[in-house]
Amino acid sequence: MAKVTIDGHTVEVPDGTTILQAARAIGGEVAPPTMCYHSKLKTSGGYCRTCIVKVSKGSDKDPRPMPKLVASCRTAVMDGMEVQNNTSPEVLDARKGVVEFLLMNHPLDCPICDQAGECHLQDLGYDNGGEKTRFDFERRTFERKDIGDKIQLHMNRCILCYRCVKVADQLCDGRVHGVMNRGDVSEISTYIENAIDNDFSGNMIDVCPVGALTDKTFRFKSRVWFTKPMDAHRDCKKCSGKVTLWDKGDEVLRVTGRKDQWGENEEWICNDCRFEHKKSSDWVIEGPRKIDRHSVISANHYMKLGVPHYKKLEK
Amino acid sequence: MGKKLLIQDDKVPGIHTLEVYRQRGGYASVEKAVKTMTPEAIVEEVKKSGLRGRGGAGFPTGMKWSFLAKPEGVARYLVCNADESEPGTFKDRYLMEKIPHLLIEGMITSSFALGAKTSYIYIRGEYFYVARILEAAIDEAYAAGYLGKNILGTDYSLDLYVQVGAGAYICGEETALLESLEGKRGNPRIKPPFPAIAGLYGCPTVVNNVETIAAVVPIINMGGDEYAKIGVGKSTGTKLISASGHINNPGVYEIELGLPVEEFIYSNEYCGGIWKNKKMKAVVAGGSSVPILPTDLILKTAKGEPRLMSYESLSDGGFVSGSMLGSGGFIVYDEDTSIPMNLYTFNRFYHHESCGQCSPCREGTGWMEKIAHRIVEGHGKPTDVDLLWDIQKRIEGNTICPLGDAAAWPVASAIRHFRHEFEALIPKTAVAH
Repeated sequence: MAKVTIDGHTVEVPDGTTILQAARAIGGEVAPPTMCYHSKLKTSGGYCRTCIVKVSKGSDKDPRPMPKLVASCRTAVMDGMEVQNNTSPEVLDARKGVVEFLLMNHPLDCPICDQAGECHLQDLGYDNGGEKTRFDFERRTFERKDIGDKIQLHMNRCILCYRCVKVADQLCDGRVHGVMNRGDVSEISTYIENAIDNDFSGNMIDVCPVGALTDKTFRFKSRVWFTKPMDAHRDCKKCSGKVTLWDKGDEVLRVTGRKDQWGENEEWICNDCRFEHKKSSDWVIEGPRKIDRHSVISANHYMKLGVPHYKKLEK
Repeated sequence: MGKKLLIQDDKVPGIHTLEVYRQRGGYASVEKAVKTMTPEAIVEEVKKSGLRGRGGAGFPTGMKWSFLAKPEGVARYLVCNADESEPGTFKDRYLMEKIPHLLIEGMITSSFALGAKTSYIYIRGEYFYVARILEAAIDEAYAAGYLGKNILGTDYSLDLYVQVGAGAYICGEETALLESLEGKRGNPRIKPPFPAIAGLYGCPTVVNNVETIAAVVPIINMGGDEYAKIGVGKSTGTKLISASGHINNPGVYEIELGLPVEEFIYSNEYCGGIWKNKKMKAVVAGGSSVPILPTDLILKTAKGEPRLMSYESLSDGGFVSGSMLGSGGFIVYDEDTSIPMNLYTFNRFYHHESCGQCSPCREGTGWMEKIAHRIVEGHGKPTDVDLLWDIQKRIEGNTICPLGDAAAWPVASAIRHFRHEFEALIPKTAVAH
């Protein structure tokens, strides 16, 4: 076990735990925001640099501070480590920079984006971003790409978190999905634009933190905050069959995997459950889904509970 | 005349062939190493020599070698980094092109020291003709019994391969190089684990620069202690410098570390002074990524001591008034050079070469290029210089690999030392917003 102190809160965690997981164990605002890390995807994280923190004391054995800010999602804790997240102005400034970099070429088409309301980039920008951009050049755009009849790819919105690539690598056999080109013209693509026909390819939609990969069957049907999330399940031979239904009236508009309080999938679901069962009668309804994230869709929820985060919004 | 240990025979006709190379004393270190020394003894000699990585970072080679994990039953690899792509750096190409057997000899001796049974030379795509020279030399070495099974009749066997990259600067970063060598996209890995623990195919791996591996040859021949006597302080031995820019004699020079910078620039033995009888304005001392220094700071440190060609002296004063020896890509600029234009060229390079994995480098390098471009085109805004400064600050240290730093440092130093040149290009009528 290792004892680690983050922003003055001490927690004991098993060896090999990352700083991010330790911070999440403490909970609340101590946990750094993340974009590219996903707890259920191996080797995810490290790319977006959103979760960077300052290690002011390496460990009891070697108390030297780490020379650079580190990605908390990919750095293991050491016994006696001391970490600064929100308490370090250096971290907050660097994070503000990261948000600026991520939003620089983002189209900011939130009013017509299906992800709006549950978008991690919106949350990140709201919590950590500056009030305006200093980028005054034409924004980068990509050619439209068709990657099949179920998933919509909007490369202009992509922040290259690589989470969908990891889904393709780790859940789908015969990988055809990856990144082409390099630098700021890198783009998500399927090999020679093949449609992704794999039973678990739909999970790419769930892991996409922005509106780059959205559900074609849900496209423009409703703003997410007008839908009602319900936990439901069915007998499925391919997956656990445990999903969240997004209802409007009696209609099931969308089916997604269940996500934890950090917006990361609890379990993967198959395309059959996701795309082919859009009737309430297909499902056994368990009850309303509690949405833990502080995004638009759950703002009211927070007001009722008086969770500290909401108080911050009032300032 | 300084001592030469690596390219003293570069003008000897036929030195690229095994026959001539052996006549000049080649492969003596292999004979000595595999027949009379233990691997541990070789590592010890390299440690004693004080040799530091010649690729740019200057990490002590002996220490790097001793970090190599040696689990039972797991292969170990030595990989030579010949992906020399830093603008202003062309010393490895010269060495491999002229004396390919020196690198191969170093690879055999080093592989023996590290217990590697298979080793690779990863060479940049643009050097395809050099790869052919190396391959021809490797064939000769196999035929002569220096490579392959039971080298020189001993128990030690080694296979050596040349792998040509596809032309990406980023593949000179050691973990991106390993990814590329494995046949994947050349993206840097997130460290830890370091290659010494999990490198090529997940096995313990040492990645060394061409010149570093070549330097092992004289170290074994003359002994680590003798080697350590050359040079100054912790900068031991000789270093290849690729000199380019506005000088009379551009080319690759082998210098003893500790040579005064002034002598290097103005002596006819080396650069031969500034061309066309002009004055010098600035120097980039170690490849495009290291800070640019104006004449007064490259010739003398901030304390007024003469600046020497050594790891310590060139970095004296930190980044405020110093720079780095880096890879030895020594670029000299005359008084008529536009520093903003030069910076824009560097910005373009780093923008083009960023792999795109992490956001600060992916987005920041392109942004800096755009701003630098509009400044040199005369459309800059009064806030642009401060904005450039701010962007580089938010890239530096916040990226997965050192490419972000490499892109940020030239910007920081150009603004630090030549801010007036940027401001002079911004139209007086421009409005801030």
